[in-house]
Amino acid sequence: MTNTEIILDIGGMLLFLIVLTLLVKPLGTYMTNVFQSKRTFLSPILMPLENLVYKAACIKQDEEMDWKDYAKAMLLFNCLGLIVLFLILLLQGILPLNPQGFPGFSLDLAFNTAVSFVTNTNWQAYSGESAVSYLTQMSGLAVQNFLSAATGMCIAVALIRGFTRHTSQTIGNFWQDMTKSVLYILLPISIIAALLLISQGVIQNLDPYTNSSLLQPIQTSDGQSIKNQTLPMGPVASQEAIKEFGTNGGGFFNVNSAHPFENPTPLTNFLEILLILLIPFSLTYTFGRFTGNTRQGWALFTTIMMLFIIFLGVMYLSEYNGNPLVQPGVNGSYMEGKEVRFGIGGSVLFAVSTTATSSGAVNTMHDSLTPIGGMVAMLLILLGEVIPGGVGSGLYTILAFAIIAVFIAGLMIGRTPEYLGKKIEVFEMRMSVLIVLTSGILVLLFVAVALVTYSGISSILNPGPHGLSEILYAFASVSNNNGSAFAGLNANTLFYNLLTAIAMLVGRFVPAIAALAMAGSLAKKKYIPPGIGTLPTHQITFVLWLAVVILIVGALTFFPALSLGPIVEHMIMHAGH
Amino acid sequence: MKYITTALKLFAILMVLVGIIYPVAVTALAQLFFPREAGGSLLYDSGGNLTGSVLIGQPFSDPKYFWPRPSATSGYQYNPLASGGSNLGPTNKDLIDQISNRTELLKSSGIQAPVPSDLVESSASGLDPHISMQSALIQIPRVAKARNLDEETLRKLVLEHVEERQFGFLGEQRINVLKLNLALDSMK
Repeated sequence: MTNTEIILDIGGMLLFLIVLTLLVKPLGTYMTNVFQSKRTFLSPILMPLENLVYKAACIKQDEEMDWKDYAKAMLLFNCLGLIVLFLILLLQGILPLNPQGFPGFSLDLAFNTAVSFVTNTNWQAYSGESAVSYLTQMSGLAVQNFLSAATGMCIAVALIRGFTRHTSQTIGNFWQDMTKSVLYILLPISIIAALLLISQGVIQNLDPYTNSSLLQPIQTSDGQSIKNQTLPMGPVASQEAIKEFGTNGGGFFNVNSAHPFENPTPLTNFLEILLILLIPFSLTYTFGRFTGNTRQGWALFTTIMMLFIIFLGVMYLSEYNGNPLVQPGVNGSYMEGKEVRFGIGGSVLFAVSTTATSSGAVNTMHDSLTPIGGMVAMLLILLGEVIPGGVGSGLYTILAFAIIAVFIAGLMIGRTPEYLGKKIEVFEMRMSVLIVLTSGILVLLFVAVALVTYSGISSILNPGPHGLSEILYAFASVSNNNGSAFAGLNANTLFYNLLTAIAMLVGRFVPAIAALAMAGSLAKKKYIPPGIGTLPTHQITFVLWLAVVILIVGALTFFPALSLGPIVEHMIMHAGH
Repeated sequence: MKYITTALKLFAILMVLVGIIYPVAVTALAQLFFPREAGGSLLYDSGGNLTGSVLIGQPFSDPKYFWPRPSATSGYQYNPLASGGSNLGPTNKDLIDQISNRTELLKSSGIQAPVPSDLVESSASGLDPHISMQSALIQIPRVAKARNLDEETLRKLVLEHVEERQFGFLGEQRINVLKLNLALDSMK
């Protein structure tokens, strides 16, 4: 790579981050207004629709829920989604809109896939273009893309209300939060995004797959003559938009956003990354605005952005340096598992964004990243999906980290810990620890199980420490509801389908319920005005402290495992040169 | 459970809205405003036969065509029904052997070292329609010889097909192999 190319890459990334930052305040404000039931510019169109939904579903607009009812409604709604999607996957063969005649999924794969989409993970043990009908994509999988993202937002907003309400029993109404998230936030932007993507070449049709002749017929290695190529079709753009915007990440096709029909140009790549990061970053502003002190929101934003930029830099450097083992006689950037139109810059920015959030869409094969590049992706997931994490889930996880940070700081300076005028007590700490450590415990436990069973290690593709990385990545990804993979691992086995499904369910709903319980407990508390002993949580000291707490928790939990996987592989790669 | 009926009703309403109305409406708008793009940016020859999509790469091994990137799709290279990368890790011996075999093959076809990385390292999708400009330029002597053409003419053709970074900074400079080869066939 020439210096000009590096400058263009870095300039492109900086411009991207500036665009993102400029959008945080408007979208954050808009989301605040939506959840506070204030008028927005879309109200004239959407308010009648919203009222119609409430009327049809018999939802009373003035009814509020305590945290237990809120949690029950959330679980019930998600359970229903799980059952419906499970049935669609099983029965796909006899349902309409299936021009390729794909049969239903096997039981274990249907269960795994249904759990995966309901938990906002979008781990995919199947290959879209050769297994999934248009109806399943649109009315099964994409519905959960919307609803799981909306569920995340509901929980985040409920927790925000916990901080802003005083001596209150209730934290909002789940049905209304769900309806508002879909109608006002996810749907309008998805429509615009889908049309922008189509204008660049993302496909959107219901045609059967098309046969086209090859310009030069070829012979396969076993002597077969190939004269035609079958081009897959489908309603891709409508799914692509919400897949990115809801940090879901489940590709229409097997290779996800690396597929030219999902991500045809550098501009679609830019847009897709922007969609992935928009809501998670903007929710920090929503948080600040809700609490009446936007500086609290910017403090969280700064922490996240700082860590994001550091990890982006490390991965770019590692991919830029490439793989010394293949260098002799080969010139240019390391392109194994990358697409020419994105280059190193567009590939790295996507890989960091998709693992920093809980998206898990990929435009680059993470299994083929350099050891340190792959480790950055893994570490971003392992840190608990807080930089900035998934839609909603990222915010409630970073708030748990903030509470832990306040608590530890409180112990060190000998004061009662407070955050935003709420006293942090044993219950809040318990819930925060539950939110932060559930996924870590799942990862270590399940990786251990996989490593000592034949079913676990027989799915590995790459030998040596990279094989350990494949398993570690898989359980990091499912436990934190990311969904990307070191895809060499053969995940469609009974063992992995069941184990990853359990990890996804526990990793999603234990922290979610803990966040709601904490919301309930915080809402009941009185407001304590800040005194001289209160630790200010909107200043740079706290920003740095919070970053350190996030990194230390992650490092203490995962350093041993990482050193046996990617770190050893990095050393092998450089020693072999 | 007092919430069951509410949950059922709300789920049904939202499922119809985002699972049917939304994708169908977007499809209708797409067919109205961007029919070519929404249909897969398909290419037809003068006889009206479908010859592929601008966005999906095709396999080429004949010396008279420009060769694309290696593809790891199963069945055959550039099989759009099995999109995928090699998923080989950076220290895997298979990967290192593959890359060195491809480098040797290119050298034996008359290409002078060093070889651009995108021409010997397989893409993420296995369907990458592009190669770098350098990868096209180094193939000119071979194509020229196979087609009995002047190298300078080919060089011009290649340079005409260079797509720059979008808006000058996004993505990477590249060449669409299928378009270039179609242009080659239509010469003379």
